[in-house]
Amino acid sequence: MSIKNTLLKFQSIIALLVMCIVLTIMSDKFLTPENGWNIMRQISVNVCISVGMTLVILTRGIDLSVGSILAFSGAVAAGLLKYGVEIPSLNIYIGFTVLGALLAGLSVGGGLGLFNGWMITRFKVPPFVATLAMLTIARGATMLWTGGFPITGLGEHFAFIGTGWFLGIPMPVWITAVVVAIAVVVTKKTKFGRYVYAIGGNESAARLSGLNISKIKIWVYALAGILAAVGGIILTSRLDSAQPNAGFSYELDSIAAVVIGGTSLSGGRGSIMGTVQGALIIGVLNSGLVLLNVSPFWQQIIKGFVILIAVILDRVNHPNEE
Amino acid sequence: MSVNNHILTAQGITKKFGGITALDNVTIDVHQGKVNVIVGENGAGKSTLMKILSGVYPDYEGDLFVKGEKVNFSNPKEAMKKGIAIIHQELNLIPYLTVTANIFLGREIEDALGMLDFKQMNKLTKSLLQRLDCDIAPTTLVADLRVGQQQQIEIAKALLEDAKVVIMDEPTSAITDTEVENLFKVIANLKKQGVSILYISHKLDELFKIADRFIGLRDGKMVGTIEDISDASKDDLIRLMVGRDLKNLYVKEASPIGEEMLRVENISLPKNREKTEFLVKDVSFSLRKGEVLGIFGLMGAGRTELLETLFGLHPKLMLGKIYIEGEEVKIKSVTDAVNLGMGLVPEDRKEDGLVLQMQICKNVSMASIDQTIKNGFLSKQLEGRLTKNYMSDLKIKASSEKQLSKNLSGGNQQKVVLSKWLATTPKILFLDEPTRGIDVNAKNEIYHLINNLAKNGLGVLVVSSELPEVMAISDRILVMGESRITGEFSQEEANEDAIMNAAIS
Repeated sequence: MSIKNTLLKFQSIIALLVMCIVLTIMSDKFLTPENGWNIMRQISVNVCISVGMTLVILTRGIDLSVGSILAFSGAVAAGLLKYGVEIPSLNIYIGFTVLGALLAGLSVGGGLGLFNGWMITRFKVPPFVATLAMLTIARGATMLWTGGFPITGLGEHFAFIGTGWFLGIPMPVWITAVVVAIAVVVTKKTKFGRYVYAIGGNESAARLSGLNISKIKIWVYALAGILAAVGGIILTSRLDSAQPNAGFSYELDSIAAVVIGGTSLSGGRGSIMGTVQGALIIGVLNSGLVLLNVSPFWQQIIKGFVILIAVILDRVNHPNEE
Repeated sequence: MSVNNHILTAQGITKKFGGITALDNVTIDVHQGKVNVIVGENGAGKSTLMKILSGVYPDYEGDLFVKGEKVNFSNPKEAMKKGIAIIHQELNLIPYLTVTANIFLGREIEDALGMLDFKQMNKLTKSLLQRLDCDIAPTTLVADLRVGQQQQIEIAKALLEDAKVVIMDEPTSAITDTEVENLFKVIANLKKQGVSILYISHKLDELFKIADRFIGLRDGKMVGTIEDISDASKDDLIRLMVGRDLKNLYVKEASPIGEEMLRVENISLPKNREKTEFLVKDVSFSLRKGEVLGIFGLMGAGRTELLETLFGLHPKLMLGKIYIEGEEVKIKSVTDAVNLGMGLVPEDRKEDGLVLQMQICKNVSMASIDQTIKNGFLSKQLEGRLTKNYMSDLKIKASSEKQLSKNLSGGNQQKVVLSKWLATTPKILFLDEPTRGIDVNAKNEIYHLINNLAKNGLGVLVVSSELPEVMAISDRILVMGESRITGEFSQEEANEDAIMNAAIS
């Protein structure tokens, strides 16, 4: 393999290293443990969502609803934890433990994702449209559930998820690491993962090999929903508050991480670790630009160009894809 | 150059794709104001020749002359400027634009202000359509037209550019009988106006209605012409198409034929829910263990659709019964078909057979991945071992089992698809045009493989549009034409003329 090819292959890691070196030189606050954990904590939500997004994009789909699903799942968990469920007519009150609230939040995320998958496979709604619809549906549901006001004061047990430390490492980083580890094994070592790649690579050949395309796709969207809920719970816990507008435009950051990480939007090619690198690049960039006092307006412009550069480099790597 | 009535001449045309010679030193003339018909089997090189004449393929050996003037087309637009237009089998119209907008696409008329001059364009469209005796309003959306009408729009498009030669590639394959009558009127009209037609079709009956002369192509070579069709018969034409010396490189070894493996009764595939038209109609046959059953038919005969139907791709529309080893089975999906021991090597291996960007081993294990799972996880070792077995059995030439499938030759890709199905240990294998686009040596290897599979007790169904191939590899041959079975031949009875006759009747 030539030097050029090697450079191209490890482009994300090289870019990340270059950024870190430059930022270390330019700011003495960059290379510190606090800043390191800060970046990790900040990107943990995006990584969780983006793992799901990677699966979706590997099947040649897209999920625009993750930000809204994140908000709704977080709000459901917070609301149940704080208020429980009361049915006055039957004189019933059901209280929720932290675990119960978490499971409820994850189920809501999974359920909405399942609905996405059902629309896409059963009614052949294009993923872009199906998840765009869910983007507004889940956002509306969040507003209804919260009445438009934040749900705050969720207790220290719940707060531990987003702000606690375990063995010297922040909890969100633990959770994200577990999610990533499972996702890597699933994509590389299981039948399901193999099928995800096959469907994105050539759906017709996959179908003619006897794969149950609909079932796999529904699972993929359900997983994307569950992972969005995981992100929602981390975020809600960290802020000790479920914000009705939480996760707004998170789907875009997530798609950016996946694309920068080298996953092809035409499906079938990419990896979870690539996405993690993509999310790290975005995280380091955000943090660095803040440390360097770059105006937020410029930050957005720069982020846009980073996405373009990443995709152009990817084109150079894979010139023959559509 | 010659001062005759040859509007277009192709001299000594040779065209190769990789190692395969599609056209070999072909010389033909197109006579002015006549319907020049090119006949030949699938794969004879007709479409390739048409694409060279119309500028789609700029690279070839040999020369083209338009009215004696040597020309060189680097794209279809240049051919168009010299008056050569092609009406493709698949129409190239934009559905949600009007007839006028389609006809003038890329050469719009603008007024002094740079705005589109609809009035002028509609007027011209109307007069063009009148030349074709066709009463479609210029402002109709193309999406609202029937296929036959859309074809007329394509022809009108050619006339706008003042085409002298209109090439038609299987123009009647997708239109109804009345539309065919209409098309023939249009062709007669064009002839009167001095336009020359170069026409490709398989349907012999219709050819006799419109042809002025025949040009025969066979295996990439020009084999002769029939200039006076008044004393030509159908048999003459069939001889022109298939009359070859059979150089049989491959000799089938007999395999013992056992009990019935697959039986299908009255299989039909309607085109729509109303069940008025059919892609497959009342097909019944049986396939035995160790038997290679060939299905021959020309393009559009319904062969591929038959395989798809049996393989569970059209469960909602399918009619009829399927029995495997004597028991009736319901096949509601491809998954069902695979679980029942069926496999399908599709016609287009790149589109439907392989995930090209995946490694060979991942393609091989695709349909039977459970056997590569150890302790709940995919095992590279098991997958590698499985793949290496097939790579040596089938002589797949690759650097390793980890090579990407897209970097393999056509023959080796086909062997990977075959390996995928063999890995499922099937009872019944369907092969759809298994040697399309494969060089001679690889073809022979595939033939031997098919033979071996039968010897191992599989029931093999091979669809092919190459007569010599079907005759060489089959124990029995079914012929399909217009969605039905039109003939059945044992290996002894089979001869080329009889089979071709059944296919076109």
